[in-house]
This record gives sequence, C-alpha cells and structure tokens, in this order.
Amino acid sequence: MNLSILHAVPLAGQVINLCAAIMLLLGFAMLAQRRILTLINLFMMQGAVLAVSTAIVALTTQQHHLLWSAGLTLILKVILLPYILHRLIRRLSVKWDIETLLNIPTTMLAGIALVVIAFNVAQPISQLSGTIMRATIGIALACVLLAFLMMITRSKAVPQVIAFLAMENGLFFAATSATYGMPMVVELGIALDVLVGMVIFGVFFFQIREQFDSLDIRHMERFKER
Amino acid sequence: MRDLSTINGLLAVATGWLIIGGLGILFPRRFTLISRVLFPLGAVLGLALACLALTGIAGEVQTIILPLGLPDLPFHLRLDGLSGFFLLLLGAASAGISTYAAGYFRKGGGTAPGLQCLLYHVFLASMAFVMLADDGYAFMVAWETMALTSFFLVTSEHRHAEIRRAGYLYLLVAHVGAVGILLSFGVMAGSAGDYTFDAMREFFHHGAWPTIAFLLAVFGFGAKAGVLPLHIWLPEAHPAAPSPVSAMMSGVMLKTAIYGLMRVTFDLLQAQLWWWGLILLLFGLASAIFGVIFSAIQTDMKRLLAYSSIENIGLILVGFGLAIIFKSFLLPHLAALALTATLYHCLNHAFFKSLLFLCTGSVLHATGERNLGKLGGLIHRMPWVTWLALAGVLASAGLPPLNGFVSEWLLLQSFLFTSGLPHGYLNMLLPVVAAALALIAALAGFAMVKFFGVVFLGQPREEKLAAAHDAGRLERLGLLWLAVGCVALGLLPNLVIMMLDPVTRLLVHSGLSAAASSHGWWLLAPISEDRASYSPAIFFGSIALFMPLVFWLVRRRYHGRMSRVPAWDCGFPLQTSRMQDTAEGFGQPIRRVFSPFFKRTREHPSAFDTQPRYLSIVEDPIWYWLYVPITRIVEFGTRLIAFLQEGRIAVYLLYSFATLIILLVLTRG
Repeated sequence: MNLSILHAVPLAGQVINLCAAIMLLLGFAMLAQRRILTLINLFMMQGAVLAVSTAIVALTTQQHHLLWSAGLTLILKVILLPYILHRLIRRLSVKWDIETLLNIPTTMLAGIALVVIAFNVAQPISQLSGTIMRATIGIALACVLLAFLMMITRSKAVPQVIAFLAMENGLFFAATSATYGMPMVVELGIALDVLVGMVIFGVFFFQIREQFDSLDIRHMERFKER
Repeated sequence: MRDLSTINGLLAVATGWLIIGGLGILFPRRFTLISRVLFPLGAVLGLALACLALTGIAGEVQTIILPLGLPDLPFHLRLDGLSGFFLLLLGAASAGISTYAAGYFRKGGGTAPGLQCLLYHVFLASMAFVMLADDGYAFMVAWETMALTSFFLVTSEHRHAEIRRAGYLYLLVAHVGAVGILLSFGVMAGSAGDYTFDAMREFFHHGAWPTIAFLLAVFGFGAKAGVLPLHIWLPEAHPAAPSPVSAMMSGVMLKTAIYGLMRVTFDLLQAQLWWWGLILLLFGLASAIFGVIFSAIQTDMKRLLAYSSIENIGLILVGFGLAIIFKSFLLPHLAALALTATLYHCLNHAFFKSLLFLCTGSVLHATGERNLGKLGGLIHRMPWVTWLALAGVLASAGLPPLNGFVSEWLLLQSFLFTSGLPHGYLNMLLPVVAAALALIAALAGFAMVKFFGVVFLGQPREEKLAAAHDAGRLERLGLLWLAVGCVALGLLPNLVIMMLDPVTRLLVHSGLSAAASSHGWWLLAPISEDRASYSPAIFFGSIALFMPLVFWLVRRRYHGRMSRVPAWDCGFPLQTSRMQDTAEGFGQPIRRVFSPFFKRTREHPSAFDTQPRYLSIVEDPIWYWLYVPITRIVEFGTRLIAFLQEGRIAVYLLYSFATLIILLVLTRG
C-alpha cells in the first residue's frame, strides 16, 4: 500500500539507501579500527547517520512519532554516550591501541560473509514488509551481525561495550526499516536501558581494573571452574 | 445428595494441621505456645483423623473436587477403603508422635521451633492429601510437598556437614523416584492427557503399556519406600533427622509409598499379570534379607532401626507380591489373606517402629549418644523408656502376643497355601521364600535383642550415663499411646481383620472377616480352624497367669534362703563395664556368617603390639556396586560436556552468535 509513496518520493528513498550504505560502511570501519578514540568517533557518526535517516523517514511518511525517536537517538547516541565514553577512557587512560583476538583482514572477510548471509536472510522479510525502507532491512541485519562479530573479536572491555551499543544501533535501524519503529514506550524503555547499561558498564570497568590492573577480559579466564 | 461428611471432616483436619503450622511460624519465638499448645493440638487432630478414617473405611466412596490448583485443573479428592485405612494409620501414629514431639523439641540448636512446627504439620497434611488425591496432579503436588518438608525436617541440624550430605542424598533419591511416578502417571493417562484417576482406571488394558506403567511405579514408589537398590538414603537420613521426624518418616511416610503402589497396582492397573507379583516379591525378599542382616551388625541405634525399616518394607512387599500372584490366578480368598497380612503389617510397623525411634530419641536426649558402644544399663535410669521400648522390641521381633507376630504369622500362613497354585516354578520357588521369611524373622529377633540388651541392660559403659534422666510427661504419654497400640493390635486381631475387610474387598474382591471370626473374637483362624489358628487372648492370659504363679512359687520355696553376693568374676580380679559384650561383639557371628553381604575394612593388631588398635568398618556393598559406577558415568558425561565451558567471554559470545546465524539460515531455508 505504501508502494505509491516510494514511487512518489524517489529522492527520499535514495537518501535513505545512502544512509544505510554509510551505516554499513561505518560498521566495517568499526570492525577494522584499532584505536579506541577513533572507535568512539565512528560510533558517534553511526548514531548521527541513524538519526538523520530516521528523521527523513519521519518527514516523508508523516510518521511523527519517529521524529521523537530521531531526537532521542541524536541526544543519546551522538551526544550523551560518546561524552560518557570519552570521559571514561580518559579516566581509565586506555585511549591507545587495542588488540583483537583475530587479525583484521580475517575479521573483514568474516564480515563480508556475514553481510551475504544477512542479505539472504532478510530477503523474505523485506518482501513481506511494506515500508519505504524495506530494501534496507538486510543492511540493518548486517549491522547487527557485524557489531556482534566485533564484540567477539575484541579482547578489551571498552571496545566490547561500544560493539554492544553499535548492535543496538543496528537493531533500531532494523526496527525502523521493517515497521516504522517500535511503539514510543518501547523505544523510550530501550533508550533508558542503554543509558543504565552504560552506567553499569562504567562501574564494571573500574571494578575489573581494580581487580586485574587491566581491562583485558582474558584475565577472567581464570574464573573457569577446574 | 451424597454424604460427604467424612471427607469434609478429613479435609478439615488437614486444614487444621496447616493452620497450626501457620500459627507456629507466626509466633516463632513463643516456645511455650508451640510446644504446649500447638503440638498437642496437632496430636488431637491426628486422633480425630484416625476416628474419621475408621468410619471412612467401611463407608461409601466419597469424592469431592477442590477449587484449588491451576485453572481448569482442580484437585480431585476421593475417600475409599484403601485411603481410609492409610489415613487411619497416619492419624493413629501421628497422635502418638505429635504428643511426644511436644515434649521433645528443645530451644536452641538447629531450625527454630516455629519453623519446625510449620514444617512438621505441613508434612502431616501433605501425607493426608497424598492419600486423598484422586488425580495425578494433586497426587504429585502433595507428594512433592511431602518430600520437600521432610527434607527440611531431616536437615534441621543443618550446621553439620554429614547431615547436609544425608539430606541431599535423600532429596536426590526422592526426586529420581518422583520422576518415575510422574512417568508412570503419564503412561496411564495415555494420549488423552486426562490425569484423573478415573480416567486412568479406563486405561487400555493390553500391550506392554500397563507393564511399563507398573515398572515405573515400582521404581518411583520403591525409591520412597527404600526397596533394595534404592534404599541407601534410609540409613543416612534417619540418624540425621530429629527422632520424631525419623519416627514419622519410618512409621508413616514409607507407608505412603506402599499406599501409592497399591493404588496404582490394584486400583488403577487392576493387577493383571502374575509375574508383576513375582517381581515385587523378589525385590521385597532381597530388601528384607539385606535389611535384617545389616540391621544386626549396626552400632548406631538409629541406623539399626533404619535397616530394620528396610526389612519390614521388604516383608510388606513380599505379602503384596503374593497377593498379586493369588489374584492373577483367580484365588481371591488367598489374595485377601496375603493382602490382609500386608496391610496389617503396615499398621504394626507404623506403631512399633515409631515407638522404637521415639525411644532412641529419649535416649539421645538423656545421654547425647547414638553409638551403642557408649550406652548401657539405662534400665535403672530410664525405667519408663525401657519398659515401653521393650514392648516395641518384642513387637518388632515378632513375638506373641504382640502385634508383629500376628502379621508375620498371617504372612507365613498365606505362603503355606501356595502349593495350590497352577504354576510349577512358582510352586517350587514360594516355599523357599517362606523359609527365607522364617530366617528373616529370626534375624530380626537377633537385631532387636542386640538393640535392647546393649542399650538398656548391663552396666553403663560411660561415666556420663549416670546423669541420664527419664523421658518427660508428654514424651511418656506419646510412647505409651504407641506401646498400647502395639499390645492392642496384637490382642485383638479379629477386630483389625474385620476393619480390613472392606479394603481387601475393594482391592481383591474378597475378605477374611467371615472366616476369621467365625469362632468368636478370641480365636483367629484365617482359613479354617483345623488348619491353623491363633488365640492371642489365651496366650496372653496364660502368660499373665503363669508368670506371677512361678514368681510366687519361687519366692515361697526359696524365701529367706536367698542372699545377694557379688557375681562370680570368672577368675578375673577386676571387672569393668568395658568387659561387657558390645554391639560389635554381639554382631560378630552375623558378620562372619553373612560376610559375602558386606564390604569390610579390617585392621587387627598383632598380639605383641604395645598400642593395639582395632578397626572394623562394615559398609554397604551396593554403594560400590551400583552408585559409585553411576557417579563415574555421570562425571565422565559431564566432562565430555564441560569443554564448552571455555572460560573466555569471546567464546561464549561465539556460541550465541553461531546459534543466531544457524537459526537465521534455517528459518530462511
């Protein structure tokens, strides 16, 4: 039923697809990035792109509650969370290079494979969906999987948390592209969860460092039951 | 309008128990209230339950649906002869045990009295609900409540590691058993998914399914009853529990398993194949022999009684199995005889074993010792407990005119009729079983002589035993109730058999009372008078007459010519209480004769050792044959799986990642 809209505003559709492509690109960039500072900046950019694309969807389809979502994303993921993360790494003094468990080229290859899988999986969903952004569901899913992969391959706690937040970005994108977003209450709840989660992670960082003098989660291997 | 007064009364009693428990937990520190009001009130309710159940046995079947439980799954309750009989057993035994418990539980140490009161009364109420339940769901809820409350009661002294271990073992076996029962109900409910017992009675009676349901029920209820390879929790849990709880568990809770097995076998499955009976008979025989031999060599009072419980459960199962065999060969009258013996023994065991466990509780309170090697000579310090324990010991040893004799005699009588069975192998096998029963009875007597002799007779083996005090008033009253029960059940067998008549008619469609009491209340002749008969009244009367007569004659004949001198000291200049026959010494012949049954660790000092040390540990071999291999297999299996626990967060994340990808790909396909 919304096909008419897609044909009526081809420009908006093009812009949304562009945003989706940028998000995927940023996802790969984060996967390949070794420095935490840059990682936070990339995360911030991904949040900004997400906010822009949500706002465009809201304007072109008259789904005004999505504007609220876009605003929320902007405040939370572009301003507040990067600010907290910046402060955190300054106080923990871990801005520099980070190690990955897997080397970067291999990770990138795995990422490509994930994108292929994501597009294949998303195909039937996007055929069912009637939104303007239905072509981007595959990209959104790919973003989620890439963030997950990043979470697996990082050995330090801070990049893992960034990966977790990036995964939330991808999920939000998937939600907007499949069904024009979730109900407002749910979105507010998720936003709050992310914030609270961030605070808890912050506490954990300090605890972990106090215990092990490092944020390397490989130290936790010794909790294994022998 | 059908008459529902009895079942409503029973429900009121069970609810009363729950209320008492609730009051106990509301006032956990009011010790006087709990011990002087709540527990005696529980005992009165027990008595009321027994009276109601007595009217319920002979009365009409009463059913009721409680609007409790899950939506669309209410509790069905039903009172018939079988549940009435076991409720009578519960009420009568709990009246004595609760009275005793009122005087037994002390302040300090272990679980708080208020909590104890709650657990104890919920335990009682759940047993009542087990016997009233008329659908698998209500039965399992009550059954699990019973298991859990009794677990917490067993571990009331939870500060000791070995008590926690015993409780864990009990809980484990209870749950494995509960799975068996649940599966059995599942099989009987069939594909219809209707868990009421009415639906299970309509269960299709062909193919292998009834047998599977029966075997699962034997496994499940056997775990609770302590049938041979599943008996290991009994000798651990009984010493760990406070004595009234041991008495309740041994006297009544084990009978709930027998009740459940009877309900499933006779009522729901209608006892179809003769070899079901043979299975029960052989398991029962093995438990009985094993239990009695181990009970004869124990050195801990409560372990001795726990093994003796295994033996008695074995005897009950032997009778049960024989009843199934008779029923499947269409000999209802003989089936009724065997079943009567079985039920009678259930009732007897509830009385005498509770009595003995409570006596050990008094000894434990007075001396702080469970080890037979440190007791002795308590007859002078604790005359009440001693004489009442003597009644229990005589009953347990199966001596006339007490109750243990009647049921064992009936059981043996029913074996004497097996030659009429139309099956060659059974005809050859069953007399051997009867001979084994005689052996068991003799060994049970041996174990009981050991128990009584070492604890109460002789000289005190320790200094502190001189300070032992007799049981308090309420404790005495509880013991007296049970002891009087033992005597009364022994003296009035015809009344009991008359009471059991509706139960056997319900289960095997025949009763004994007409034949048994045809010669008046004083003569018990289960089949016919010229075949075998027993008159406890005459027996008791002659004992009561001749004993004083002989005593009087001896006094008269030797009066004035008696003088007390020191006992002959066998040439030893010094005699101490340590030179008495000990529990180990008394059990030595049994240890030697039945040595293949045991796993022994011995260490004998050489004759020239200046510091001799004697060590002899006798253990249960089944633990090593069966349970240790099982734990090894489980450990091996878990080690195969344990590699999943890598200890690295990345790997754990990878697991969920891989699962996600696989699921996505599968749903796509």
